[in-house]
Amino acid sequence: MITKRIVPCLDIKDGKVVKGVNFKGVRAVADPVEMAAFYNESGADELVFYDITASIEGRKIFADVLTSVASQIFIPLTVGGGINTVDDFDRVLKCGADKVSVNSGAIRDPELIGEAAKLYGDQCVVLSSDIKRVDGEFHLYTDGGRTDTGMDAIKWIVDGVARGAGELVVNSIDTDGVKDGFDLELLDIIASKVSVPIIASGGAGKMEDFTELFRHKGMDAGLAASIFHFKEVSIMDLKKYLRGEGIEVRI
Amino acid sequence: MIAIIDYGVGNLFSLASSLKYIGADSKVTNKKKDIIKADKIILPGVGAFEDASKKLYATGLVDTLLDQAAAGKPLMGICLGMQLLFERSFEYGEFKGLGLIKGDIVPLADDIGPEYKIPQIGWNSLKFTKDDPLFKNINDGDYVYFVHGFYARPGEQTAATVEYGTDVTAVVRNGNVCGTQFHPEKSGKVGLGILKAFSEEK
Repeated sequence: MITKRIVPCLDIKDGKVVKGVNFKGVRAVADPVEMAAFYNESGADELVFYDITASIEGRKIFADVLTSVASQIFIPLTVGGGINTVDDFDRVLKCGADKVSVNSGAIRDPELIGEAAKLYGDQCVVLSSDIKRVDGEFHLYTDGGRTDTGMDAIKWIVDGVARGAGELVVNSIDTDGVKDGFDLELLDIIASKVSVPIIASGGAGKMEDFTELFRHKGMDAGLAASIFHFKEVSIMDLKKYLRGEGIEVRI
Repeated sequence: MIAIIDYGVGNLFSLASSLKYIGADSKVTNKKKDIIKADKIILPGVGAFEDASKKLYATGLVDTLLDQAAAGKPLMGICLGMQLLFERSFEYGEFKGLGLIKGDIVPLADDIGPEYKIPQIGWNSLKFTKDDPLFKNINDGDYVYFVHGFYARPGEQTAATVEYGTDVTAVVRNGNVCGTQFHPEKSGKVGLGILKAFSEEK
């Protein structure tokens, strides 16, 4: 049986792991290479790295960090942040990424999804979307969740899959950092419209949140940052718990 | 030395790093003399069969690979590299493979229910159907990482399967030629154990 995946996410700025609440108030946590090794040992099914650095110098540090993680950790690595062109795909794939997550870059230039899928395969292109409710509608946000594009997020995702995105990260800004569970209303709508794997993001606060997520049809993976980083939930404990609940996981 | 065939398909960084990590000497190469000199060969690959097959033939290395396999050198295909070892693929057309493993590559979607997503992405547990030298460091039921939308139905040369709405061929072997549908270089300790076993094949 294929397993449900538990995916820790490392937001990296200038070579350090950081995590904010509702995307604001970013604070440094730890060394990414050490943390990746820790997660690898503790049963993470894959790792997501978001490079939230703005400077060229920071990007170089990130490339070094990624190369060093990829040469020691042999589980799938997804990289996002600052991916605007196929050259950016090339840049992170050469450092050892397996999948590349696009967000604002694809909103600016939707052709990027198809171009990258053609070059590297659908499985390499992860469409990540930051979504927030505005007047009862799901709006697509850009620039790290700061700017409302006014676009219908569901339409955007359906279109992205048609263009060749092979996997989705669905991040709910409404539930992100709140630790009161994933945004199941939003996730259910997306699962009913697409048939590619969905990685749910935003809102995990306790083990039960993952059980609830995986009992919903079409959910393949749960992504979280702070609950794992601050060791509020250990991945191995979570997996044992999920298995006890009858959910297939890799232990 | 293990020659990792570089024919412009996919990223070979992880594979080379994994082999280095387990202490196996490897070289990413597209040169005939390296393949002849190597004591083992890995044929990697991601993407679509037609494109990969064209690129592999364009290197002019296919005859060398077939000669080396016929001479008994251990050859392992990974993911699309495994699929290239088969006789034919029906991925968006009909294409000829290297014919080192019996059988065809067919769309997974044709054989499974709509509740299963295509491609199969994620960790799945191996069911051994035969003994195989690749399994010496791992156990039945161990999890490995898959990313694929086309597959081989189990046949006489299948050594392990996984369940994904049907039995999916995960490991194949025909003498010194073997292959894995999953990515051992992305399958944690279990994957490293498989690569280690391959690196020790005689």
